[in-house]
Amino acid sequence: MRVITNTDACVGCGLCAFTVPEVFDQEQEHGTVVLLDPEPPHELHQDVWEAARSCPGEAISVKDF
Amino acid sequence: MTPQDVPSYPTERTCPFSPPEELATYREHEPIRRMRYPDGHIGWLVTSHSLVRQLLSDPRFSARSEFKRAPVARPGVEPFFGVPALPGWVLDLDPPEHTRIRQQLTGKFTARRMRELRPRLDRIVADLLDGMERHGGPVDLVENFTMPLSSLTICELLGVPYSEREEFQRDSKVLFGLNSTADDASAAMDRLYELLRGVAKSGGQQDGLLRTLAEDGTLDAEEITGIGAMMLSGGHGSTSSAMALGTFALLAHPDQLAKFTADPDLVDNALEELLRYVTIFHFGVPRSPLEDLEFGGQFLKAGESITVALPSANRDPEWFKEAPDQLDIERNTSGHLAFGHGIHQCTGQNLVRMEMRAALPALFQRFPRLSLAIPAAEVRIYTDTSPVFGVYELPVTW
Repeated sequence: MRVITNTDACVGCGLCAFTVPEVFDQEQEHGTVVLLDPEPPHELHQDVWEAARSCPGEAISVKDF
Repeated sequence: MTPQDVPSYPTERTCPFSPPEELATYREHEPIRRMRYPDGHIGWLVTSHSLVRQLLSDPRFSARSEFKRAPVARPGVEPFFGVPALPGWVLDLDPPEHTRIRQQLTGKFTARRMRELRPRLDRIVADLLDGMERHGGPVDLVENFTMPLSSLTICELLGVPYSEREEFQRDSKVLFGLNSTADDASAAMDRLYELLRGVAKSGGQQDGLLRTLAEDGTLDAEEITGIGAMMLSGGHGSTSSAMALGTFALLAHPDQLAKFTADPDLVDNALEELLRYVTIFHFGVPRSPLEDLEFGGQFLKAGESITVALPSANRDPEWFKEAPDQLDIERNTSGHLAFGHGIHQCTGQNLVRMEMRAALPALFQRFPRLSLAIPAAEVRIYTDTSPVFGVYELPVTW
């Protein structure tokens, strides 16, 4: 799995950092997404998919390979 | 169809947990259709998950309060619609004004900061449960648990000092009291504004939101005060109601409650499912097109009012494929719209999650035999008195 984030589209809601803190964090000043792990381990894939699907800014894309 | 034949927004429910049946019919046959507003305006009603999501992330639709109309008449209550946004009320603004203020807020609401509040929330919860235990059942869960928890959490967030919390709670209660007169509510709002002004200026707790915003120096004092009032207004009754109705829903579904209490790993998903299932903002959210445009196969004119029906979108079988009208704490809830969608999505959503995580499991741990003290059918719901859906009271015993 490869995760890509688009900080321009991010609204800073923090849902991803709340759902999968191992993969997503937020930048301190504006809360914009910070990608900690672009290739997360298998056991987190389900949560990452959910974070991507729920993102209000549609700022997370995921490629499976 | 003459204007008189255009239906208004439905609010009547046959069951507390079922959105008005008309919404499901519209969603299936006309997911965007005409709707009559109380002032006679003929606007639009959007009910499907896909159109709601599309609309809320489309910058051609405005959230400015000048365009907003109340979808349901509430005698004696004049919402801040049809006039420019009050300072700091970011939910009534479009970019770039929206961006300027929201950017200052998001950094204060990061998942990490919300997690840091957890120990304080746990303490508030434990104190309230102690109080219920001392009192003994039956007690009203709204009055004794969900309302004070919601109120005190907002105090923690905003940084309202302990010495002013009693006053804050008293005025909040009047402001959101369903039996309060418009005059009483307005006077309570004035007093709360005054209190919040003081919190923002100097008196607030060190790490409180208002004082931190003031120290940042980007927003002016009236904007910061307005942000506090907006958080209170948007977050107080709604969070309390989500917890009360969430508890009610679990009590009404013993099989789900049994799973909820047996498996701590299910809690997070269960809370999302409860948020979806009870969708507190039952009047939805208002939007208006900034230009004439085509959307969902209809032609919309600039400035027409649109009601985006969140409860209906959250029951859409196209998105929630497995029995969306059932409470299922194990379902995939991702993409639910209880907090809205797009740039105006609830700023406080992760605080609400934290609060519910602190509250609901602890409630059922403390009182494993918690039950309704009256028959479920006698629990009184309010359908058109408030944009927040809820119960007047939830008598419980153990």
